[in-house]
Amino acid sequence: MTKKPTSPNLFVKHPNFTLQPYQLPPLLQLSQVSKSFGVVQALSKVDFEISTGEIVGLIGENGAGKSTLMKILGGVHPPSTGQIRFNKAPVTIQEPKAAEQLGISFVHQELNLLDNIDIAGNIFLAREPRRFGCIDQRVLQKMALPILEELGLHLDPRTSVSRLTNGQQQLVEIAKALSMDAKLLILDEPTSSLSIQETDTLLNLVKRMKGQGMAIIFISHRLSEVEKIADRVFGLRDGENAGELNAKEISRDRMISMMIGRDLSEVYPECNPVNTENVFSVENFSTLRWPKGNASFSIRAGEILGMAGLVGAGRSELAQALFGVDSSPSGTMSVNGQTLTRGKVKESIANGVFLAPEDRKASGLILEMTIRENMTLNSLSQFSRHSRIDFKSERTRTDEWLREFGVKAPTVELPVSSLSGGNQQKVVLSKWMTLAPKVMIFDEPTRGIDMGARQEIYQAIVRLAETGCAILMISSDMEELLGMSHRIAVMSEGTLSGILDRDAFSEKAIMTLAVNQSTTTSSS
Amino acid sequence: MNTPISHFFNRYRKEGCLAGVLLFVAFWTIFFSRNTEANGFLQSLIESRFLSLRNLENLSRQVGMYGIFSLGMGLVIISGGIDLSVGSLMAFFGTVFFFFLTGSHAWIPGIPWAPAILVLILFSVMVGALHGWLIAKIRIPAFVVTLCGLLGYRGLAQTMTHDTAIGYYDAKFNVVGIERLLTGKIFGLPAAFITFIAICLIVYYLLHLSVFGRYLLALGRNEQAARYSGINTILIIAFAYIICSVLAAVSALFFALYTADVVPSIHGNFFELYAIAGAVLGGCSLRGGEGTVIGIVLGTTVLLVLQNMVNLLGYDSSFSKVITALVILGGVLVDRFDVWRLLSRPKNASAA
Repeated sequence: MTKKPTSPNLFVKHPNFTLQPYQLPPLLQLSQVSKSFGVVQALSKVDFEISTGEIVGLIGENGAGKSTLMKILGGVHPPSTGQIRFNKAPVTIQEPKAAEQLGISFVHQELNLLDNIDIAGNIFLAREPRRFGCIDQRVLQKMALPILEELGLHLDPRTSVSRLTNGQQQLVEIAKALSMDAKLLILDEPTSSLSIQETDTLLNLVKRMKGQGMAIIFISHRLSEVEKIADRVFGLRDGENAGELNAKEISRDRMISMMIGRDLSEVYPECNPVNTENVFSVENFSTLRWPKGNASFSIRAGEILGMAGLVGAGRSELAQALFGVDSSPSGTMSVNGQTLTRGKVKESIANGVFLAPEDRKASGLILEMTIRENMTLNSLSQFSRHSRIDFKSERTRTDEWLREFGVKAPTVELPVSSLSGGNQQKVVLSKWMTLAPKVMIFDEPTRGIDMGARQEIYQAIVRLAETGCAILMISSDMEELLGMSHRIAVMSEGTLSGILDRDAFSEKAIMTLAVNQSTTTSSS
Repeated sequence: MNTPISHFFNRYRKEGCLAGVLLFVAFWTIFFSRNTEANGFLQSLIESRFLSLRNLENLSRQVGMYGIFSLGMGLVIISGGIDLSVGSLMAFFGTVFFFFLTGSHAWIPGIPWAPAILVLILFSVMVGALHGWLIAKIRIPAFVVTLCGLLGYRGLAQTMTHDTAIGYYDAKFNVVGIERLLTGKIFGLPAAFITFIAICLIVYYLLHLSVFGRYLLALGRNEQAARYSGINTILIIAFAYIICSVLAAVSALFFALYTADVVPSIHGNFFELYAIAGAVLGGCSLRGGEGTVIGIVLGTTVLLVLQNMVNLLGYDSSFSKVITALVILGGVLVDRFDVWRLLSRPKNASAA
């Protein structure tokens, strides 16, 4: 009774009040949440909310605090200050199990499936139905089937996960989340390893799950996807709220300016004109994975040839075969008219054919070694006399490269593992681009890299093209392909199914070429 | 934290820890083996049995002989592999060497010691190349390849000697030269120790100053990334196994002459494990890509000084294995929890 006078204007319409589409109380509400690690303030006074039946896009550059926020929700780190309400009740999420019990489920960027176990076993891992202490396979499969059906994954639950495509594996991850009766599903970069087609399937599925009343937080660097499915977009910048956009306001430009904190006139640098002389010619190339495949193309000096295709179409395999780290069954390639032997890395490098590989951490860099050691690993002969390393000149040169490529690190003596993804990629680029490449193959050059670093990488690629280098850029990011390439080659099942000129560029044209091969081969 | 001194301590903290342990064990042994009849405390320490000329000579010879093959093992471990065949290989090389000198085996011609050493070294290069080829090119796990070596070489040596001992007392050729060379002294130090120092310098150059060493450390960490940088990983790995075999052969010569006759069934038993223990204690990671020459040398020395302590102080020699085990385990635990870094961090600074 004593409370009444404290809220006198409860029923008085506020002048700024407008009717909101969502009148339900939010499912999850974070208010003034902060988190610090020692002296580093990872999050400061962040407010966030999401209701049932809503898809909220969460965007921000790397290091903006997205993953910290998600770790707070997942019970990995408790917040330093601030309050979390779930279903109106204040909660503390002290451990991952608590998040699971509340109905918060995660699908992480990296797939966390065990590929020696079948689908059903993965979905119910550590929660298997038991009978006499053994796993009851029959019940397990019965439990898995309806979930797979719901996701449109028409597969036997006994199929081994290793036989699934990336897209299907991602769906199994989602099945795992659904099987836990999730009320709130958090998708962290779910499409980063998916092909265009698989991405579409996933986005449609997310929309359907929203229709069934699930709240979904969708974290992605691919703004076009966020634009497509989000009801609301929530931005983070430097650990603070960077603003919010409602359905009508969502646009690419606004999202970018929210993330970067300034307007961005142009993400992709202007394409430079192309010479007429061919630098790199590839004919009838096949790969170990697709021995019947056939890729023929040529790249002119200063040209950026984009390469699109579904995941598993053999693009990376082609890149590796051209670079020579993998052998290949057939095909010829030549640089400036000189034919190279297949499967000889040494020869490729000697002729200026370099690869910045898809998987930075596994093939591009040696994480535990320093920036200096990584930068010179492929060119040590330049820094050595009679096989003795000249540490002084190595140090001076890599210091210069550090500045030239804008790697954000105080010294070259730090291990590469201490750098962010974008800066790691710059180290990979500096490693090869300082060797005056004639042909540079980039395999997913900006995967998992924030917008700011991305732009720097695009500029570096265009600068390289201006020196007359022929560039092959493999990418699953449609915008990147359309924005950067002079022409786009499309791969399908190990075969190059077509090359589009700039005036024929469209997502649809690429998709048609990416899938057409499979229909023709299956009918023949 | 950024002063040159603290940087130095951070960089060499493992080696510093080991040197500390080494000094501790040495002082312990000196104290308990002191000459109680000497005048004054200091004098009693100086006259301790540990510091006696004979003991130091013996110890340095042992450090030399064990150190030589441990360095080879260290390189193999840094490449991410392992060589279990070292001990058997040493028994085999010792046997073959004595057959060369005596000419008492039907298949092995008797030849003077100088060409015999040359042939043996060439043979060890071939053995190492075979190991390296099977491991790096055919991609059979190093454990399996060298396990076969562990069984095979010793078995071969036992077969050749009909499982008895072989000595060189009935050598056909003059062996004074080799005896002087391998068991004699140079500058008052055992030849094995001098050879070891020379090999240390060579391996230090190879591992820490040369392109080969950088490549070895790189592929030990991440072979795929090394390959993507254009490094011929097969050649580098094979080279590591070749060095390991050659050093085993060099060490085998010293051991053969030291023991004067080789009993293949026990000669060099478990030596590969001592080498692995020394390398691991010295900071080599069995996952590869990590390790220093100073660390390997210190690790091997600590184990031998421990052994020496047990002998000198009359502890039960069987117990020395337990002590060795505890020291290795302790060393790895200290490394695992990075105790040295915790100690060296100023108390008021917080984790970033």
